[in-house]
Amino acid sequence: MSKLGLITKGFLKENPTFVLVLGMCPTLATTTSAMNGLEMGLATMFVLILSNIVISLIAPVVPDKVHIPVYIVVIATFVTLLQLLMQAYTPEVYETLGLFIPLIVVNCIVLGRAEAFASKNSVGDSAMDGIGIGLGFTLTLTVIGIVREVLGSGSVFGWKFIAGDGILAFVMAPGAFLVLGYLMVLFNKLAKR
Amino acid sequence: MAAKSNLRNMALSLTLVCLVCSGLLGVVYVMTAEPIRKAEEAKVAASIARVLPSFEAQPEQESISVDGLDYTYYKVPGAGYAIISTVGGFGGPLSLMVGIDEGGLIVNTVVLSHSETPGLGAKCATELSFIDQFKGWDPAAKRLVVRKDGGDVDAITASTITSRAYTKAIANAVDVYSKLTENE
Repeated sequence: MSKLGLITKGFLKENPTFVLVLGMCPTLATTTSAMNGLEMGLATMFVLILSNIVISLIAPVVPDKVHIPVYIVVIATFVTLLQLLMQAYTPEVYETLGLFIPLIVVNCIVLGRAEAFASKNSVGDSAMDGIGIGLGFTLTLTVIGIVREVLGSGSVFGWKFIAGDGILAFVMAPGAFLVLGYLMVLFNKLAKR
Repeated sequence: MAAKSNLRNMALSLTLVCLVCSGLLGVVYVMTAEPIRKAEEAKVAASIARVLPSFEAQPEQESISVDGLDYTYYKVPGAGYAIISTVGGFGGPLSLMVGIDEGGLIVNTVVLSHSETPGLGAKCATELSFIDQFKGWDPAAKRLVVRKDGGDVDAITASTITSRAYTKAIANAVDVYSKLTENE
């Protein structure tokens, strides 16, 4: 597969949310607004790229029986690193995402890519895969966030264009499932063409 | 792809990975400790500046125990007290900073952290018509209880429990203030 193909597949053919249906917990919980979705996507992408690179480097020498614990330690290290950096330099963002940053450790997308791709491919390809899947995830979370913010709060990226409250349910959990479900249908219908 | 497992290389690789990772985290931790401390301090300073009239003195952090609860507060000579008051809200702890001037009037309140329902109780951090009613509030003249319970506080629509918690947090801070000033 070409380098560009490795990046673009994250948007369509292997979109982590709509096609692989991985990492649903942060998807549903953090997309209350477009900005939150975008920030969560970028945070996950950061971890994904770095863990993919390191894992593709060490995979050949890691004994088969302990490869999962080793990968998890690598992923947890990058997540903790991200957590410290965010606390230090972007405290406001850290406050909104809070709990969901440490939860990136157990995000199936990250371990999934480590297992399915990074451990079997070259460093360059794994980095590309991390970027592609990361961008796909970021874009998807942002889109879900935009839809929920427009319907739920009448604003986009914090810019309010409808006075009043909007449909409250879309900011809460039921709205997350509804938006995710309908977008998934729409995505798969368009992707089939 | 992966090397054949035996006890020695399994133990060795896990130990090595953990060592390298903890070493890296240690370095980053030391590097970020200072900025994190500064960010937290800046947050506290910004909150104090919002809940008290403008001041020049350096706020002094102190703590006190009232009715079995521990409170952290900042004493600002010439301006008053900024008291951190935490109560149980609708979705979890609701933490406020309450500024009370030297005359015993509430200057302003600001939400430090909350886990209230988005769109409903979470408005306690943004809805100005609710927050601003406490500006200049005289606890001796008006009762810090929501109207539904016979007090003078206008609750946020459809969020009575959050409003009650918010009011309770302020009332607690007023108690702390009375305790602080009774010996003066």
